Amino acid sequence: MSEKPHGEVQKGFRKIVYLTFPPEVSGRPVVCNLARLFDLSFNILKAEISPRQDGTMTLEISGLETDFHKGVNYLKENSVRITPVAQKIFRDEDCCIHCGLCTAMCPTKALVVDKGTRKVLFEIDKCSACGLCTRVCPVQAMAVDLDENGRN
Amino acid sequence: MSSFKVNKTIPEINERIRKGRAVVLNAGEMTALVQKLGKVKAAKEVDVVTTGTFSPMCSSGLLFNTGQEPPVIKTSKVWINNVPCYAGLAAVDGYLGATEPAEDDPLNKVYPGRFAYGGGHVIEDLVRGKAVHLRAEAYGTDCYPRRKLDKDVTLADLPNAWLLNPRNCYQNYNVAVNLTSRTIYTYMGPLKPNSRNANFATAGQLSPLFNDPYLKTIGLGTKIFLGGGVGWVLGAGTQHNAKPPRNERGLPLSPSGTLMVKGDLKQMRARFLRGVSIVGYGCSLAVGVGIPIPILNEDMAWFTGVSDADIQVPIKDYGYDYPNGLPRVLGHATFEELKSGEILVNGKKTPTVPVTSLSMCLEVADELKRWIEEGKFLLTEAQDIIPSV
Repeated sequence: MSEKPHGEVQKGFRKIVYLTFPPEVSGRPVVCNLARLFDLSFNILKAEISPRQDGTMTLEISGLETDFHKGVNYLKENSVRITPVAQKIFRDEDCCIHCGLCTAMCPTKALVVDKGTRKVLFEIDKCSACGLCTRVCPVQAMAVDLDENGRN
Repeated sequence: MSSFKVNKTIPEINERIRKGRAVVLNAGEMTALVQKLGKVKAAKEVDVVTTGTFSPMCSSGLLFNTGQEPPVIKTSKVWINNVPCYAGLAAVDGYLGATEPAEDDPLNKVYPGRFAYGGGHVIEDLVRGKAVHLRAEAYGTDCYPRRKLDKDVTLADLPNAWLLNPRNCYQNYNVAVNLTSRTIYTYMGPLKPNSRNANFATAGQLSPLFNDPYLKTIGLGTKIFLGGGVGWVLGAGTQHNAKPPRNERGLPLSPSGTLMVKGDLKQMRARFLRGVSIVGYGCSLAVGVGIPIPILNEDMAWFTGVSDADIQVPIKDYGYDYPNGLPRVLGHATFEELKSGEILVNGKKTPTVPVTSLSMCLEVADELKRWIEEGKFLLTEAQDIIPSV
């Protein structure tokens, strides 16, 4: 993460992260403190608690970058594991045929057809790792690895 | 006598190709040139226009011979990688269809099915040089006593392997929308309810049969780019419609002309032959086809000058009309509009989604262009016409 020049206000910092909660944390209100303590906004894209009480959540966080890091540290202190969504989804570049079918389902427009080259651009920063593209891709070029139990 | 201002023959063009002097453009470049110079000047300058398409083409398959090993066999049931093949041809001839799913595929029992592996995938695996499992059963005869065969083979082990596609290169296709209130899974991809996406296929101005809409230069014996290698047109494909409604440029307003093609699989490349799984629908094979159009006269220059804006594609409802065989057309969108990312369907803005890879279409056309420029690929004269009026 590069340091920005001193005094520059950074607005509109936005990141999608994937959170893993151990059973002892998944029952506690932790995420709401991102808003209460650190002035961050968040949008829950996906959340699940397994029968073993392990929690997972895909969260879009926005606010100031400094607040974001404070918030992330707070989550870590509370035993929440944080993985950038970018590390959870992959495109096999050799496999992709750039047809564009995936762009129909992509809810965050992370997959779009470039009007000039007619290739499918994959902007991982916008991706919420929902996995819809993996079902649609006719050549299985997209893969999501969302939890340790092999489910997605 | 010919009434054309420009008159060239295929032997003359081939002579120029051999000498490395032929002027070859891809279909997109030709569109720009005809717009700039007009058809007569363009016809004087250009010898060949290369077209290209790369899209799932369901009516494709592999005609193969497995060879014999003693004791010999007359196969009556054949599977490759557990995908059933048609074996009712001769002792060890078989045909594998691109859309045949593996025998243990759950199909749409868990809806929408994924159709992870089928005939198209077997063809891709063979082209990649992978070993595939060949299994055969036979009832046994006096001359062919063997009852069972179980072995791994590669493409190199098969005495013959021909890609033989009964219907490729559809001339024009539908734009698919869904006017019902639930998501449906079609061969044009998933369609969201209330026409929230419009899926379209074909290569537009790069498409082979849009550049020669009356098939004046394409027929039995036309040499083409097929799956990364050389192939041949055998004639009209199944469902060929010789007499479609056309616009003032002669371009069909509905899916119409088709081609049957073949080629030796052993010289093809997996980049241009890809097994595909269409969720909720089935398996297929994406095939790269490129056809060279000789610019024999200014008419052919004019036809190959076709632009995306000239091509009108019919919009159809795949939610109710298509499954019920109703012919209703909701309107036409030009290919240019489809490429812009948004069209109007019943007055409503609808995002468009391509099914055909236009970047791969261009790659096919450019590769064929390179072959011709390098003198490696000569044009052939069609030996029989394909009806088209």
